[in-house]
Amino acid sequence: MSEIRRPTRGTWAVLAFPLAMLAIFFLAPFAIMVATSFYHRIEGGFYEPAFELASWERLLHGVFIERTLFSIGICLLAGAVCIVIAFPFTYFLTRMRRRSHVALLVLIMSALALSEVIVGFAWTVLLGRSAGISNILVWAGVMNEPAAYQPSFLAVLLGLCYIAFPYCILALYPQLTRLDPELTEAAQTMGASPWRTFWTVVVPIGRPIIMAGFLLAFVFTLGSYLIPAFLGRPEHWTLSVFISDQATFNANVPFAAAMALFLTVLSLGVVGVVTWFEGRTRGVA
Amino acid sequence: MRALRWVLTTMVVAFIVAPLIIVAVVSINANRYMDFPPEGFSLHWYAELWNDTGWRDAITTSLSVALTSAALAVAIATPMAFVLRAYDIKLAPVIYALGILPFMLPPVISALGALVFWNSLGYSGRIENIIVSHAIFFSTLPLITVSLAMETMDPALPEAAQTLGANPRTSFRTITLPLLVPSMITGYAAAFVLSLNEYIIAFMVSRFSVVTLPIKIVNDLRYGFTPTIAAVAVVFILIATTTFTLFALFGNLLKFLGADPAILERER
Repeated sequence: MSEIRRPTRGTWAVLAFPLAMLAIFFLAPFAIMVATSFYHRIEGGFYEPAFELASWERLLHGVFIERTLFSIGICLLAGAVCIVIAFPFTYFLTRMRRRSHVALLVLIMSALALSEVIVGFAWTVLLGRSAGISNILVWAGVMNEPAAYQPSFLAVLLGLCYIAFPYCILALYPQLTRLDPELTEAAQTMGASPWRTFWTVVVPIGRPIIMAGFLLAFVFTLGSYLIPAFLGRPEHWTLSVFISDQATFNANVPFAAAMALFLTVLSLGVVGVVTWFEGRTRGVA
Repeated sequence: MRALRWVLTTMVVAFIVAPLIIVAVVSINANRYMDFPPEGFSLHWYAELWNDTGWRDAITTSLSVALTSAALAVAIATPMAFVLRAYDIKLAPVIYALGILPFMLPPVISALGALVFWNSLGYSGRIENIIVSHAIFFSTLPLITVSLAMETMDPALPEAAQTLGANPRTSFRTITLPLLVPSMITGYAAAFVLSLNEYIIAFMVSRFSVVTLPIKIVNDLRYGFTPTIAAVAVVFILIATTTFTLFALFGNLLKFLGADPAILERER
């Protein structure tokens, strides 16, 4: 709206409800979580107000550092796999005929709307020993006996890619539809092969959104809880799983709070980098 | 390049569809245990969803949570989106960022925050706690859709209303609000579907006393597989595909996803 008015008292009255809701149910819980991370844990599931650094000190232990590095590692890998496939796929998608273009988008949006519960469950079946890929291969006569491919590192990675892939496409899609067809046509008129055009024209233009999509997929997989819990062994669990586990089954809420705050800082850092990249994209386009 | 394009597209579609097809096959298996190839066809497991009180209660709980929390999310987001775009407010970027933040952070953080919050009030394990937490977490979606609508709205319309003598309140009610309704509905639908599917926040807030559909699925899976779980999964898959197919047929899915207006003109 071009006509931007000065706020009046009525304006603030309108804002009061949303702001109060966010303050009470988002900022206050966050503040209580910060306080809780300093509380004293009582054996058996309770905690009492105190000021101690025990939970924060546990973040420096070898086990936690090793878990953090594993989480960052597998989520970076999932983000990389997603973007490497999603970028050429989305590029092809934006150049398809209307009918297949829309059909593929419907498929991708449906996959995006699926619960992690459903995705995790579907992959346990697909990679399992009783009704999965191996059973189809046995039935087709390719394999002798069924095998289970989960829980495993690869299963967790596939699951993470499955949930992050649609988000990756959504991040790339708006910019790739804006890629001027004349640019690629010009390259090909000058004698470049489609393959060479893709590498020398499309990829360099897309570099900022490739980076943004990759980091978004990374943050998104970092938040996944059920996929590592369903498809992995405890050694494949990520920080999200450990936080939930400490908060519910181990009943160590102060330690869970300290880990959650660490995860917040990590995610905010990545989101900050994404915003910076998007700012640069806008400068280019 | 053409071959690569074909191979890549096929691989991606197979990757997305394969787990869903397997689940669909398992859900119509007559046998109680999963096996392949399936032994006989049966819709028994779908009937179970309705006849078993445990499943029916979970469905009812999830629907109540999703319907109310999405409404609350729209009620939180719409005034914010409107005021932040229509008025000159210094703190606007900060307030907008605050509205986006819950959704940008991993859900486990909101989940743990809600857990300690309700614990400290001594009021935990209620369905309304899940509704409020979901409303805050998913209010980001209507905030985005309504803000986009505000950006693309023709500023001449409310101006004309006011030139013709309408006061700001009347012009909001008769001009701006009706123009925002489609984006409010889209935001509501997105918040509804995601709330229906959300597990970790509901689980940590419910403290084992409220059982939504995703919680029921995970609880049941801990004791082993039943084909009913596959049947629920198929219902979820069908809801998602139907929603977006209808969206593509009657709404403008490409525009919603941010496609370039030029590509929308290209009729092929």
